[in-house]
Amino acid sequence: MKQQSESRVHQRYLRHSKKFPNVWCAGCGIGIVLGTIIRAVDDLGLDKNDVAMISGIGCTGRMPVYVDFNTMHTTHGRALAFATGLKMVKPGMKVIVVMGDGDALAIGGNHFIHAARRNIGLTAIVVNNAAYGMTGGQHSPTTPEGIETATTPYGHIEQQFPIAELAATAGASFVARSTVYHVRELESYVAQAISKEGFSLVEAVSYCHTTLGRINHWGTAPDMMRRIREQSVTREQAEKMTGEEKEDKIVRGVFAERDMVEYTVRYDQLIAEAQKETD
Amino acid sequence: MTARLMQGDEACAEGAVAAGCRFFAGYPITPATEIAEVLSRRLPQVGGKFIQMEDELASIAAVIGASVGGAKAMTATSGPGFSLMQENIGYAAMTEVPCVIVDVQRLGPSTGRPTSPSQGDVMQARWGTHGDHPIIALSPSSVRETFDLTVQAFNFAERYRTPVILLMDELIGHMRERIELPDPETLDLEQRSDTRVPPEWYKPFENFPEGPNVNVPPLVPFGEGYRYHLTGLHHDERGYPTNRPDEVQPWLERIFRKIESSLSDILLYEANGVDNADILVIAYGGAARAARHAVERGRERGRRVGFLRLKTIWPFPEEVVEYAASRLHHVVVAELNRGQLALEVERVVGRHKVRRVTRADGEMIRPGQIVAAIEDLERAV
Repeated sequence: MKQQSESRVHQRYLRHSKKFPNVWCAGCGIGIVLGTIIRAVDDLGLDKNDVAMISGIGCTGRMPVYVDFNTMHTTHGRALAFATGLKMVKPGMKVIVVMGDGDALAIGGNHFIHAARRNIGLTAIVVNNAAYGMTGGQHSPTTPEGIETATTPYGHIEQQFPIAELAATAGASFVARSTVYHVRELESYVAQAISKEGFSLVEAVSYCHTTLGRINHWGTAPDMMRRIREQSVTREQAEKMTGEEKEDKIVRGVFAERDMVEYTVRYDQLIAEAQKETD
Repeated sequence: MTARLMQGDEACAEGAVAAGCRFFAGYPITPATEIAEVLSRRLPQVGGKFIQMEDELASIAAVIGASVGGAKAMTATSGPGFSLMQENIGYAAMTEVPCVIVDVQRLGPSTGRPTSPSQGDVMQARWGTHGDHPIIALSPSSVRETFDLTVQAFNFAERYRTPVILLMDELIGHMRERIELPDPETLDLEQRSDTRVPPEWYKPFENFPEGPNVNVPPLVPFGEGYRYHLTGLHHDERGYPTNRPDEVQPWLERIFRKIESSLSDILLYEANGVDNADILVIAYGGAARAARHAVERGRERGRRVGFLRLKTIWPFPEEVVEYAASRLHHVVVAELNRGQLALEVERVVGRHKVRRVTRADGEMIRPGQIVAAIEDLERAV
């Protein structure tokens, strides 16, 4: 029964005028993340007219075209900056920004930390598959050290960016990390993030079986899903682990939850002050 | 209205406010910073919003996002920042989102001379972003004209759903002149046209849409019930990505047609003494001030010198220049670069007719330099 009602929910939010199927490989985790967003929006009872979904470039960048919101597929790395302009002139809209790890943290890294610092009311959802999938599996800012990618044939020699921790440090109001295996948990984080007034971030750890999986002989999509399940621990579990034990772990949980005045609300106060001065 | 002593950058900011600009995103850069400073104070007063972004890439992106939200939006920068904005200017051209980009030119390349005038970004304004696209660029020669052309830039952006570049130069941006601003009530302001169709029929990229301009489909702001898609990918009439040549080609033709079919509206220039001239001087922006002096000096010495001052430099006014130069043997093009718009003039009137008078060392072109060229050519007439 639950499954049936879910597919009806999806149908209500997917675009009927858009030509399907989608661009993603069979077994990709991005569709799972899209499902959590759709169900979160539905659970929160938001009007589709008041929801915008904005993306940059890459596999995740293709997400907005399929959903029946106000949607914008922008340039590589700049989705948060486009969204900032939209949110400022339409503060009443729920603006969801979907990005991949390369889009959000490499080319768009500067916008990422500044959107968080500004605490503007955007919901950033980063699908972290630790690679550039669309271009064939090159290393990204979240690629683990040592593994092989299309541009690290001798093994990767750089550190990873911890996305959630970075957003929390940069000043976001709500930060959480889950995975495409832990769908219900991910969905609840997405809903909490959308409900939050200030800048919110959900890191959804996924995988790319087509590129990194193939290059590193990690098997099929289900095999990689299993890897994620085995690697992931909750924050509480992680606290009891040694540094060495934690090394390969995906730590799930809420990393920041703060109540701060959101940027466009603060800006309206500024306008009121400026207009008082001129009167 | 009372006269005021005003700087070019300030006139640009005031022109934007008068034009209905209610969103500005920018990043500090000499010699355009004053535009941001003035707007950070002025926009909140009129209920608008100003934001200083983390860089120029973000600034133009925020401007496009704001415009999609329905606001008239602008950014201002100089050469280095203008370079950084190019990719998203192409996005605005591709998605046909109205916006105004001010480039107060300084001497380049690279960091160059930040406080020195230049007209080195003429070709960047035309071809800075990748791929074929039409563009409108306006270049003011005085503080008052900066105000007027800023208003005009917003009108063109809204009327033709296109990015418009206001190509100022450091001379005009930092110069102060005593000017009278027009009564805001008297300004003709273009508002974004509304669609008449219900949401399910709406096509944001419709070929031959109903409405005031058959080449410009209305752009409904986000959040008003029309839920459409914008993408930098080639798209069909609904905005969905397409690889079909029979969908890409009509779009490409329309975005050029919307500009090319309206040249009588878009091409702004001042022509004087052109009809009975022996020599024609063409100039624009700050360099046109020196050119005007040179033309006057030439006339004082009894020479018949025509003057064509371009306010619209892109699209290049081919027919205007062709007609003005048709009977003449000599055309002088004076500009603060190594000869950028001269390339266009040469293309239209023939290379042998054109004498370039250029300067690209950060100093202002001197009227004497242009007079010398006129006299040299007179001897040849």
